[in-house]
Amino acid sequence: MSLAKEFTKGLWEIVPPFRLVLGLCPTLAVTTSAENGMGMGLATTFVLVCSNLLVSLLRKVIPSKVRIAAYVVIIASFVVIVELMMQAYVFPLYQALGIFIPLIVVNCIILGRAEAFAGKNSPLPSIADGLGVGIGYTISLTVLGAFREILGNGTIWSHGLFWDGFEPFTFMVRAPGAFVALGCFLAMINLVSAKLDDRKRRAQS
Amino acid sequence: MSFGDYMLFIVSAILVNNILLAKFLGNCPFLGVSKRMDTATGMSMAVIFVMVMAGMITWLVQYYILVPLNIEYLQTIAFILVIAALVQLVEIVMAKSLPALYRALGIFLPLITTNCAVLGVAIININEEFDFVDTLVFSLASALGYSLALILFAGIRERFMLIKMPKAFQGTSIGLVVAGFLALAFSGFAGLVGGH
Repeated sequence: MSLAKEFTKGLWEIVPPFRLVLGLCPTLAVTTSAENGMGMGLATTFVLVCSNLLVSLLRKVIPSKVRIAAYVVIIASFVVIVELMMQAYVFPLYQALGIFIPLIVVNCIILGRAEAFAGKNSPLPSIADGLGVGIGYTISLTVLGAFREILGNGTIWSHGLFWDGFEPFTFMVRAPGAFVALGCFLAMINLVSAKLDDRKRRAQS
Repeated sequence: MSFGDYMLFIVSAILVNNILLAKFLGNCPFLGVSKRMDTATGMSMAVIFVMVMAGMITWLVQYYILVPLNIEYLQTIAFILVIAALVQLVEIVMAKSLPALYRALGIFLPLITTNCAVLGVAIININEEFDFVDTLVFSLASALGYSLALILFAGIRERFMLIKMPKAFQGTSIGLVVAGFLALAFSGFAGLVGGH
């Protein structure tokens, strides 16, 4: 199995949160701007890669009966590292993301990859898998964040985008807008992938 | 706080700052178990039970273990372990002493460990510097708010069976859009407590 394939499947085939409908809470909560979305995505990627590596290294040591508990401890340790690092170096972002940094522990993407992939594969593919899924997640969050920021705030990366009298569509940066935006994105991805599958099937026949 | 303050506090936690729709905690199980009414009710009961227990115990852990030993930075690890252990313990005790309730909650109990609403409420309790009674009240009110939203949502979702829907929207996507409108309805309650 090639490493490149493990990496790229995270970018489209199983890209969270659209294909793997996991990790929804941070997706909904922090995508009020592109910057927050990206910060959250990168923090999650870091935890995901590290925990995948460690889980994969320890996969023969951990008895399968207590594996979930062991995974949770591994993930929680890396989350504490991220928490302290962000507090030290990117404090404004740490404050913007707030409670969702400690909550990376219960982000089901990470536990899901540990259980579905890293617990069964050797370290190198596990890193590739973690990196792919993490970057896929980061891109999704950034795009969703940019979409909501442009519509809801009229800015992108805190730069004004529109003319002076522009009335931002505040609904998008409020709580209900998060659900509606994510739902519409999901529908769009479904539509595109159905079209692609269709074309592939037609090309084969 | 006086009785009136508590009432306001409870209404605010259930309706205005609904843990699910305004604070975005516990969304994965929300979309996962809301397809049928009976699973939604089962999950709600389990959440109420575990959230109140976890809120109390994590508060005690924070102020009687972590703070005296000066190791607050281990909060995240300590809390998730407490919750995981608690869920396991509750499962064992319940299977022995309350078999009927155990059968009703069934598979929902282990799922709760990864429900971020439980850990989220535990952390909010500490961040907001609640005392023990506040913690108890806030955990209970949050859990009730969660159940209210979950059961309402399951009620709406059951009706989806009856309508024709574009293929791209089937399943989770329409669920999210409807959750958005539910959140919009709930945000109307903001006027109840001075509008935040």
